[in-house]
Amino acid sequence: MNLLWLQSAGCGGCTMSLLCAENPNVFELLSDAGLRVLWHPALSLETGAEVRSLLGDIVEGRLALDILCVEGAIARGPRGTGRYQMLSGTGVSMLDWVRQLAPLAGHVVAVGSCAAYGGITSAGGNPSDAAGLQYEGAHAGGILAPDFRGRLGLPVINVAGCPTHPDWVSETLLLLKAGVFGAGDMDALGRPRFYADHLVHHGCPKNEFYEYKASARELSEIGCMMEHLGCVGTQAVGDCNIRPWNGEGSCTRGGYPCIACTAPEFEEPRHPFTETPKIAGIPVGLPSDMPKAWFMALASLSKAATPQRIARNAVADRVMVPPTIRKPRR
Amino acid sequence: MSEGRLIVGPFNRVEGDLEVHLDLADGRVRSARVNAPLYRGFERMLEGKDPRDALTITPRICGICSISQSAAAARALADAMGLAPSPQGLLVAQLIHAVENVSDHLTHFNLFFMPDFTRPAYAARPWHGQAVSRFTAMEGSAQRAAVEARAGLMHILGMLAGKWPHTLAIQPGGVTRAPGPRDKVRLATHLRAFRRYLETVVFGADVEAFADLASADELMRWTGGDAGLFLEIAADTQLAGLGRGAGRYLSFGAYPLAGGYGFRPGVWEGGLRPLDTGAVIEDVSHAWMLGDAAHPLAGATLPDEDMREDAYSWCKAPRLSGQPMETGALARQVVDGHPLALDLAHQGGVLARVAARLLEIARTQILMEHLVAAIEPGAGFMVSGRLPQRAVGVGLVEAARGALGHWLRIEGGRIVGYQIIAPTTWNFSPRDAAGIPGPLEAALVGTPVEDGESTPVAVQHVVRSFDPCMVCTVH
Repeated sequence: MNLLWLQSAGCGGCTMSLLCAENPNVFELLSDAGLRVLWHPALSLETGAEVRSLLGDIVEGRLALDILCVEGAIARGPRGTGRYQMLSGTGVSMLDWVRQLAPLAGHVVAVGSCAAYGGITSAGGNPSDAAGLQYEGAHAGGILAPDFRGRLGLPVINVAGCPTHPDWVSETLLLLKAGVFGAGDMDALGRPRFYADHLVHHGCPKNEFYEYKASARELSEIGCMMEHLGCVGTQAVGDCNIRPWNGEGSCTRGGYPCIACTAPEFEEPRHPFTETPKIAGIPVGLPSDMPKAWFMALASLSKAATPQRIARNAVADRVMVPPTIRKPRR
Repeated sequence: MSEGRLIVGPFNRVEGDLEVHLDLADGRVRSARVNAPLYRGFERMLEGKDPRDALTITPRICGICSISQSAAAARALADAMGLAPSPQGLLVAQLIHAVENVSDHLTHFNLFFMPDFTRPAYAARPWHGQAVSRFTAMEGSAQRAAVEARAGLMHILGMLAGKWPHTLAIQPGGVTRAPGPRDKVRLATHLRAFRRYLETVVFGADVEAFADLASADELMRWTGGDAGLFLEIAADTQLAGLGRGAGRYLSFGAYPLAGGYGFRPGVWEGGLRPLDTGAVIEDVSHAWMLGDAAHPLAGATLPDEDMREDAYSWCKAPRLSGQPMETGALARQVVDGHPLALDLAHQGGVLARVAARLLEIARTQILMEHLVAAIEPGAGFMVSGRLPQRAVGVGLVEAARGALGHWLRIEGGRIVGYQIIAPTTWNFSPRDAAGIPGPLEAALVGTPVEDGESTPVAVQHVVRSFDPCMVCTVH
């Protein structure tokens, strides 16, 4: 299977993250699976005229394009021209290149939240008028129409994340290569369900603090970060705490909140990222699928029931009180 | 094609988008214009936001210099808050930053720079077979070893920074996670594994032996590892004289610690002088930007939607006392006074830039080991502070590619101005109002172009020797 990778208006961080793939390394993973990289802007030898010729071969139908990976949002500005990002050496905007290439591809994969939904590139006033491939924020329809389908019938596959976990990208490609990835394997926002059916909360080492709403008040305290520090791990999709990052990491393991980087419009939470918005002292966001009344009732009950160990540890930067050791019964 | 004009692009194996325009005469580059063809407008995104949000947004300028951006934002905020981070928090932040910088050097050498020597144009050279075996893009044995070693080293970031890229672990007051005794021994284990890789694969000898090289002559006698292969190629292809810079070097100083910098700050131009960031201006005469030349605390980012004819890049042109400055590993090691780097400064070309990166890999490995040894697991790793309603803050750091600065203005508790000058903004700047070209533009003049070359390989060596990060450049 032939794969072409383009970097549009993004940071390149999803490629950098992909290079962190382990067992096997990313190069062996792709080649062993029979995924042939026609060109990648950070990794391939070809430059300049060689690349223009390759793109010409795809457009003219001389070279089959099985998978088009796009990393980065698509800049539509200024004034709809796309000239905030011209694909260098071609005199053509990335906007026009992607619109031209996407219908030729068997599958189109949006790598990262920028390519999927616009992501951080569309933060603030969205200075470059950026959008995702098939979404603008949470709304269907980006630079491709909502009814766009790749040649093999799937809409754009949104491997969202900022950055993406190396395995999210590689396993999506492996599933496509194996021919076992269908529309039912994507969630309502086009994300692969193999990671989007999980919440960042699953496997979070702060779960015991969460159970009692034993909360960290400031960054570096090890308590739950939902109540005060903006953590939305109970609402954000991702298996970040089931399959860790860079060995044994995740955002919450690193001591800072989940900001739901796999979600459309995460870049504009309408409050400071590391501060939980509250109404009358009560956090606004609820855990996914949790009825508000039950959440309130359970939260107040569990807060009242918080063991001393958990209450003290929550506001320390390390475990101060270990779990009580019970001797075996005789 | 050794007369006339060439446009080189897409220019890959650099981070981000780059287009180079060349005027040729007599088989050489007569003049060059460098275009950074992507504008996203990060500085504008930040206006009106809570200042703390810079810690989430600015790392996402760049997926390869993410921690550098994070560290600069944290320092700018700390400066605005009048806050000194906890000494141990500062130390761990420097370790996190060093891991990114070393990883970037490794990525540059193995994935970005060396594959050019596998090209058929070099098929007749005695080293070509070895270059192909080691550095063929996405296949070479050195490339595989490098990404594996890099992924292993980055386990340090999994432990201390949650993930890479795009961490929120570095804060104005320190770091968000306090390492314990178990972390300390595990960190040392990761560093020992990385040392083993460096000593068996990259240097073929002790890291200290490479760090102790004191002259270009000694360097050229080095034969071990892929460093030795590079030096053999460099001697044969005369990289020493290729792409020479003007010899004006800038460093903001790397790894500030309680006892001083790991690599000191300063400006070097035949001799060392102190850094005065008050003399920095950003010129916009040849950038698709509106407004006037200004110091970053007074500057703004106003894109010219008409992309006027007499401009040719989204990149502004920073100047120090009116002069373009080269920044990066070579500049940093020259300013720090390392004898090998000072000797290489006389060359100032492709060989010097690449060798300085190898030198810095060796020196930073030693530095990282010292940092881990100095971690005190019982200490505090964070102090808290309060954001003022009105303040200015400056955050200066050294990214892998050189001097990175954030200039922040806060009014009414919100960001009213945020200006960023990244390393490649310096190195790949366009001309200024006086017509003075940027460092790459100047370094490309005289580069040989063979008959029939549409994408001249010598031009590629020169461009990649700077290790440009184009996504940081315009941001």
